[in-house]
Amino acid sequence: MKSAEVVKPYQRVSRPANVLLHLFFILFSLACILPILLIVAISFSNEQALTLSGYKFWPDQIDLSAYRFMLTDSSTLIKAYGVTLTVTIVGSVLAVLLIALYAYPIYRKDFPFKNLFSFYLLVTMLFSGGLVPFYLLYINYLDLRDSLIALILPGLSNAFYIFITRTFFQQTIPEEMIESGKLDGASEWRIFFQLVLPISLPVLATVGLFTTLMYWNDWFNSMLFINDTDKFSLQYVMIQMIRQAEFFKNQLAGTGVGLMVQEAVPTESLRMAMVVLSIGPILFVYPFFQKYFTKGLTVGAIKG
Amino acid sequence: MGIPYAKKLPREPSTQPSQGRFRTLLRNIVRYRVLLLMLTPTALIFLINCYIPMFGIFIAFKNVNYVDGILGSPWAGLDNFRFLFATSDAWRVTVNTIGYNVVFLLTGLVISVGIAIAINEVRAKLTSKFYQTIMIMPNFLSMVVVSYIVYAFLHPEYGFLVKHVLPLFGYEGVNAYMHADAWPYILWLTKMWHSVGIGSVIYLAAITGISEELYEAAVMDGASKWRLITQITIPLLTPVMVILTILNLGGIFRSDFGLFYHVTLDSGALRSTTDVIDTYVYRGLIQLNDLGMSSAANFYQSVVGFFLVIGANMLARRLNRDTALF
Repeated sequence: MKSAEVVKPYQRVSRPANVLLHLFFILFSLACILPILLIVAISFSNEQALTLSGYKFWPDQIDLSAYRFMLTDSSTLIKAYGVTLTVTIVGSVLAVLLIALYAYPIYRKDFPFKNLFSFYLLVTMLFSGGLVPFYLLYINYLDLRDSLIALILPGLSNAFYIFITRTFFQQTIPEEMIESGKLDGASEWRIFFQLVLPISLPVLATVGLFTTLMYWNDWFNSMLFINDTDKFSLQYVMIQMIRQAEFFKNQLAGTGVGLMVQEAVPTESLRMAMVVLSIGPILFVYPFFQKYFTKGLTVGAIKG
Repeated sequence: MGIPYAKKLPREPSTQPSQGRFRTLLRNIVRYRVLLLMLTPTALIFLINCYIPMFGIFIAFKNVNYVDGILGSPWAGLDNFRFLFATSDAWRVTVNTIGYNVVFLLTGLVISVGIAIAINEVRAKLTSKFYQTIMIMPNFLSMVVVSYIVYAFLHPEYGFLVKHVLPLFGYEGVNAYMHADAWPYILWLTKMWHSVGIGSVIYLAAITGISEELYEAAVMDGASKWRLITQITIPLLTPVMVILTILNLGGIFRSDFGLFYHVTLDSGALRSTTDVIDTYVYRGLIQLNDLGMSSAANFYQSVVGFFLVIGANMLARRLNRDTALF
């Protein structure tokens, strides 16, 4: 940033007000970030110290045993990462492609079924059949229990992203360009893949990032459709762990086994380490893409 | 605008024989077959994910047994609804759903706009971007992760609040997961933490869209900073606020399932203050296997939700044609 930014008269804030303003935002930022850091701190804590003095923002004793444990006994974690990565990558690539493929025809002014297919989307934004029929259809008629398809397919019908993409096409791709492509003898597919898609990278990136995040963070479909432990996603393993630790403690309390389990497995820190590993990629990556996220949000909110 | 309102398809003159219309249709299908092919896969996915379930809501009128299958089961008339509304559950989940959503919506609006106005006054661009980056961070965490964060504060033995803060006020060993009264506050705080930052970034975009000349002219006339905010920023922001709020009002019959299910750890002791329609339907369907009750609640949610969306949209349309959904 240039240091010599011109401050216009209406932008001027008095010095005490400015100090207050920054003080407020520093406190607010801390409120946003400290709870996340608490999780990180617990994951690096010594299990014994945790049981003695509870969760703290600064561990009494820094201990990597939770992470070490995950490295030695990592089959669950690696499987879960595998499921989440597969679903996220396949899902997002498919979603972006399908969104663009639907948005393009309904952007074309000469397409006679344009309004019909826009309306087809709009209806899904107004009325939803809800959870029960959706669930019964997937389980009883499509037989998708314990199938990764059940984790991908539900994310592929987002009318909102299609409308955002279509709006982008309308604002950036002039019809004449398509016409001239046709005059040059290019096929519809060629026009779509070689003319339309390259220009649309910004909106495709926005939509792609949103869908990536949605798939990465999804737990609901696992809750509905997955029983097979080999197909547990990261998020679903975390759901299991927050319940199971309680289960262990209640079931085994007082017995020698309970003590042994506690001894051997750093339950408390381990769970939090798992959470850290699940949010790590997001928190690491998102500041780089913040521009796209905010752009996408504003298109959706203000122009929608 | 972004979302089309469906225009009526132009009607062909009635004098034209229907055969001609049919031929035009066929010709269009052939001519635009590639474009039609492009949108077919997605159209089919919408059929599966959205349209078939829409018709599926009518199983609420069936008495489903697994011998006859879902479609073959006998009709039950309004029995499922009679059972649902005979319990106090229906009333409780309705009140909770609407109550939480309305409070979230209104307080979220005020806080988001307040923060947006404040951050607009931060002059150092880089610092402002930095604050924004931190502010929207919670929104990128899934509700499962959020449930862990709340748990880290409220764990009955080790939680930060329970172990280190509440004892200072004389409360030892509080198990928050047993105290239903506390949860409206806990859930509100959690929801605000998760969503206020991103909300203010949206409103900030609207503020930066306000013409600079307005402010310059007002300063010329000797207006104070406070007056700039109350007489220019807020009035110009009002239409956006009103429209977004009305459109969100259409969704108040649907809740943030993760917030009410995971953050509360689905604790039975908290149901009175945390059970909403979505958790009720889920529990009926997956845990209790009570298809009659859950499908009735599901039907209730879908239908009332539909009328709310339509109503909200009509309101938005009256205020400003361009911003309405259709």
